[in-house]
Amino acid sequence: MSGQQIGLAISVFLACAVEAVEALTIVMAVGVTRSWRWALTGVGAGIAVLAVIVAALGPALTALPIDVLRVVVGGLLLVFGLQWLRKAVLRYAGLKARRDEDKEYASESDAARAATRAGAGFDAYSFTIAFKGVLLEGLEVAFIVLTFGASQHDIGLAVAAAAVAVATVVLAGVLVRAPLARVPENTMKFCVGVMLTSFGVFWGTEGAGASWPGGDAALLVIIPGVALASLAMVRWLRRAPARRALGDPA
Amino acid sequence: MSWIVRAARAVWEFVVGDDPLTAFGVVVALGATALIAGAGAAAWWVMPVAAMALLGLSLRRATR
Repeated sequence: MSGQQIGLAISVFLACAVEAVEALTIVMAVGVTRSWRWALTGVGAGIAVLAVIVAALGPALTALPIDVLRVVVGGLLLVFGLQWLRKAVLRYAGLKARRDEDKEYASESDAARAATRAGAGFDAYSFTIAFKGVLLEGLEVAFIVLTFGASQHDIGLAVAAAAVAVATVVLAGVLVRAPLARVPENTMKFCVGVMLTSFGVFWGTEGAGASWPGGDAALLVIIPGVALASLAMVRWLRRAPARRALGDPA
Repeated sequence: MSWIVRAARAVWEFVVGDDPLTAFGVVVALGATALIAGAGAAAWWVMPVAAMALLGLSLRRATR
């Protein structure tokens, strides 16, 4: 396995695990409170839609010329990576609330109890909330699977890494029978942000026609460089005099 | 609003998010890299510098 493939697998695994933890909280809340049957049906429908998106767009992306693909994918990964990094840095600096899975679970459960139920049959609420949870949390993962996989011409590896992440999170959820509140979500999001930004920089530069000194080995400098610069920004924000907390932990 | 407009808006919000200046900066940085590389000069340094500058500016806007 090459260094870029290892980077692909780690990035997809971490991104998918973070989003799966968030989706698990939503599905558990409606499943425990209302109906496991319709919550799991919603999960299945959400996964099916994500699979269709990956299956439809994957071959189209891999058909693009490699330089066009890398400049597009590099740019998109960079935009996404900088968004993930910004949120993670703000949370580390104490300027943005960290996501609390126990709190999210309680909030989702309260909403599920309050929602009316038509009868003993199809529970539209459980189905819709679980479907939307899986689809919305999964879209970013599908995007990462597609872009990383297409750039490496190895969508199969990206899908496998995503599947292992989901299986791990689901297994952990079944074992603890509670939301996974102890998962270091912000650290994982920070790592994903670093990886997306680093690969975005690397592929964007190559796609735009420039060459890296040392070729693929440049990633061994870019990834720690992005991580260190981002940590330096955390320190800078912690010391900034005019700090104010930002809302929206999503 | 037609479904095409709604779909375009959803894609825009999904990709660009709440910080369009960063997305614009990425496009400019890619263009600058292509121009410098096309002129035969070393351009590998443009994207790392641009990425960290864009992150810093985005954080500054978020905390102002």
